[in-house]
Amino acid sequence: MADWLAWLASKKTNKSASAAKDRLKLVLINDRTDLTPAELESMKNELLQVISRYIEIDSNAVRIDMTQEGRQQRLLADIPIRAASRKAR
Amino acid sequence: MSATVVTVTSGKGGVGKTTTTANLAVALAAGGQKVVCIDGDIGLRNLDVILGLENRIVYDLVDVVEGRCRLKQAMIRDKRLQELYLIPAAQTRDKNAVSPSDMVRLTDDLREEFDWVLIDSPAGIERGFRNSVAPADTVLVVTNPEVSAVRDADRIIGLIESEEKGPARLILNRVNYEMVKRGDMLTSDDVLELLAVELIGIVPEDDHVIMSSNRGQPVALDPKTRAGTAFQNIARRLRGEDVPFMNLEVKEDIFQKLSRLIRPGGN
Repeated sequence: MADWLAWLASKKTNKSASAAKDRLKLVLINDRTDLTPAELESMKNELLQVISRYIEIDSNAVRIDMTQEGRQQRLLADIPIRAASRKAR
Repeated sequence: MSATVVTVTSGKGGVGKTTTTANLAVALAAGGQKVVCIDGDIGLRNLDVILGLENRIVYDLVDVVEGRCRLKQAMIRDKRLQELYLIPAAQTRDKNAVSPSDMVRLTDDLREEFDWVLIDSPAGIERGFRNSVAPADTVLVVTNPEVSAVRDADRIIGLIESEEKGPARLILNRVNYEMVKRGDMLTSDDVLELLAVELIGIVPEDDHVIMSSNRGQPVALDPKTRAGTAFQNIARRLRGEDVPFMNLEVKEDIFQKLSRLIRPGGN
């Protein structure tokens, strides 16, 4: 049963319409923000560099994504902060 | 009387702007409304042939703007529908012959006498587009369920917003329901999710559209066709009526049914 469902799901995602939708999602983000994927990547890296200067973050668990809310683009950053070992001042 | 100025645009060419403008004009006029449509595509006029009025052109939009004729002289009256008029584009001039403020002035003169002024915008995002959008009260964006058309629609919707002519409403044209069903065409829900705009109509792909443009008889004159009904419905929604979106399910013939039985989940 589970196999059958997986097969059904894979069949649907293999269709060309879902490829079109996935590709368009990314293209529209780039068009709307006027940022190339490379620029977006370097912006994320710089952002992390700046934040790391002030607090220790878990860079492996960082997630920075462009999301869509209506026609508004939103940059969502989820940056877990490492528990600080309290230093004596 | 004070007309609503509706601009039909798309970004990408060939998605059905002119067909849409012609059919909405016909559908509104058939519903007893007084309608004038303006071909905004200077240098590449086509609304005249789609409406079947190409043989009756004497003056055009540029003649009016440059004062070579009165507005009334450039308005061609349709013979099928007494309340339908066309102002054709000039064929031998370029888009810079008209400015956005010319278009605002022209439509202001027309507003008094009509219920609807429909403007067929050219493709692209340059002067012709800005001319067409400048006087608009409402903008309709035509697109097809296809990557390049959707991408360009998104761009044009953004521009319409920045010109403060939004929110644009979407017409999804040429939907091939067979392809949608087998997962090989974006659904209307997909397109709406991507573009995040309000939908005003879905028009199925229908051979009758080309057949009727061959004859210069817009398909909306024949509401027995699926595309004709779709355009009629958009015209009613423009008038503020709440019309449910039509079911695009095409009737399967006996062979298609059989082949589905033989190869379940196939094709």
